[in-house]
Amino acid sequence: MKLKRVIPLAGLAAAGVAHAESITVATVNNNDMVIMQSLTEAFESAHPDIEIDWVVLEENVLRQRLTTDIATDGGQFDVLTIGTYEAPIWAERGWLVPLDDLPDDYAVDDLLKPVRDGLSHDGTLYALPFYAESSMMFYRTDLFEEAGIEMSDQPTWQEVREWAGAIHDPENGVAGICLRGKPGWGENMAFLSTLVNTFGGRWFDEEWNPQLDSPAWQEAVQFYVDLMNDYGPAGASSNGFNENLAMFSRGKCGMWVDATSAAGKLFNPDESEVADELGFAPAPIAETPKGAHWLWSWALAIPSSSDSPEAAQTFIAWATGQDYIELVGESEGWTSVPPGTRESTYENEHYQREAPFAGFVLEAINSADPTDSTLEPTPYQGVQFVGIPEFQSIGTQVGQTIAAALTGETSVEQALASAQRATERTMQRAGYLD
Amino acid sequence: MTTAKPKPSLTAESQASFADAAPAIDAPQGLLDVRRWLLTLLGWGIALLIFFPILWMVLTGFQTEAAAIADPSLLFSPTLDSYIAVQARADYFKFALNSVTVAFGSTLLALLIGIPSAYSMAFLPTRRTKGTLLWMLSTKMLPPVGVLVPIYLLFRTTGLLDTRTGLVIVYTLMNLPIVVWMLYTFFKDLPRDILEAGRMDGASTFQEVVYLLMPLTLPGIASTGLLSVILSWNEAFWSLNLTSSNAAPLTAYIASFSSPEGLFWAKLSAASTMAIAPILIFGWLTQKQMVRGLTFGAVK
Repeated sequence: MKLKRVIPLAGLAAAGVAHAESITVATVNNNDMVIMQSLTEAFESAHPDIEIDWVVLEENVLRQRLTTDIATDGGQFDVLTIGTYEAPIWAERGWLVPLDDLPDDYAVDDLLKPVRDGLSHDGTLYALPFYAESSMMFYRTDLFEEAGIEMSDQPTWQEVREWAGAIHDPENGVAGICLRGKPGWGENMAFLSTLVNTFGGRWFDEEWNPQLDSPAWQEAVQFYVDLMNDYGPAGASSNGFNENLAMFSRGKCGMWVDATSAAGKLFNPDESEVADELGFAPAPIAETPKGAHWLWSWALAIPSSSDSPEAAQTFIAWATGQDYIELVGESEGWTSVPPGTRESTYENEHYQREAPFAGFVLEAINSADPTDSTLEPTPYQGVQFVGIPEFQSIGTQVGQTIAAALTGETSVEQALASAQRATERTMQRAGYLD
Repeated sequence: MTTAKPKPSLTAESQASFADAAPAIDAPQGLLDVRRWLLTLLGWGIALLIFFPILWMVLTGFQTEAAAIADPSLLFSPTLDSYIAVQARADYFKFALNSVTVAFGSTLLALLIGIPSAYSMAFLPTRRTKGTLLWMLSTKMLPPVGVLVPIYLLFRTTGLLDTRTGLVIVYTLMNLPIVVWMLYTFFKDLPRDILEAGRMDGASTFQEVVYLLMPLTLPGIASTGLLSVILSWNEAFWSLNLTSSNAAPLTAYIASFSSPEGLFWAKLSAASTMAIAPILIFGWLTQKQMVRGLTFGAVK
């Protein structure tokens, strides 16, 4: 895109003046991306012919902005930050440049397989993972000790309910358990999809019929609503990842099941008051261990409308490469390295020593299988989402009805019945159902 | 984002006139004092209520991230950490310059088009004038997202994406209905005879507008311009969707500090404070002008 503006200057270049090719990187504002931005100079000094322009936006704004630009072939961006949900869908539409000629020193086989698969379409990689996460349980070891509870190797949701009752202490401002309640396909529905999976449910049957009124959904959602009403914090329906992270780090939650990427923040005494009392365990299970923990990654991709795909590939290979991880480890500390992408990160001694949760995260990511995450077979891929374009609106709509059940506006049965009807309508309109 | 609003508290002038008028109803002086105090208190109360979110944002900007999410308290040790972090992440002045250029550029263009339009509608109306005015206003009822894709395509084809010129055009079109309507109302209040007298003395239409109409309705034109500047400064939908790195104004700057993960309230507040500071000060300085313009011709 910037090249258009550079072209009139070609005369100067011909006169012997070197011109850097500038690429525009669209990204979200989170710690890992901020670190990447601050290390831009290291990239630019290694590649003086490439200049980076940053466009940082809020996640939902970014998604809307990128979709508009790509769908209209606007060519405003050369590097996009997208997730596991968008990568295969956008690749199928021909919106992304295939990444099949990465340099040998990139060590593509070092990328964790589930993460790599999640960013591929028809066996071709379309985005490089910047960081990846699964979900796990965090708990307060001091509260567990006081209550005489011993954490099991693989907790079940029934146990979690009992433990939450034992440590729930609203008078001292400690909720037994904190879970996501804020509506949104990437907020409460990310968590609830894993809960439904482990309770034996699924979003759709093999014929794409919505299954929201099935007994497994009823049971899972009723369990969630009861658990939150009995032992959750007040106003849980407005809590997303950030709100729960803030509460847990201030000692307001006994347990929390959420993204593994929270581990680094909770273990950092500068950000967390409970760094010394932090315990972790695998995400709880119920009927089946399948799909009990999710898989997500933020990845860097190149839109097919980019004018500088080669420079863009050089940049994304740098930002997701082994050397970059070393660079962050040395300059920012090893707990700050982008987790979940490479085997070599987990083999690194520094990382193993400073991030005691590393093994859990690796195991959680490696055992998350987006192609087989439900007890019964499904036609879709994805653990905490359904890999179809319609899912954003379906997920958010269902999320809103479940949030209404959580606040007591409707019953779980009514909420799921209305969610089922709305999803059926959407699927009919989209042509999945007759 | 909000900007300076005329404070609803009683001005000295209105309080005085209230007191002057009071003896007419023959109420005891003590009761009048109480009423005056109550009204003053109410005025201050409402002003504080309107200003409170801005005040809270400014205070949050001076807190640490941990303090920003802790239970609300007015007692904290102020820190500039968030401002330093915000400035290290993004070049404020680049965004601010874009905001200033776009807000004033679009206002100037809107006035250049709006003054002749409002003049013709106010002084030379046809039977379609009312309908045209209503149609102009109706364009404001369309949700902007409805025309996002066509405008995006037009901008892409004409190379206006991520340019200040592009934003100036969009903001001008966005504010033009309001500008024309406001100017039309102000112009209509001007006695036609004054312009006719000018014409009798041999003034051309251009001279009539520049030497008679504009000086006589200056408060109205000024307040229209100020409103247009404020609306352009605060506009977020088009600026987020039509710019990326070169022409991004302060609204995009604020948006870049909202985060899906981690703590960001203090930094977001610091960025927002810096983004609204220029327009807040501008609004403050021109408050008198704005109030005069907005109430211009209200009492005949």
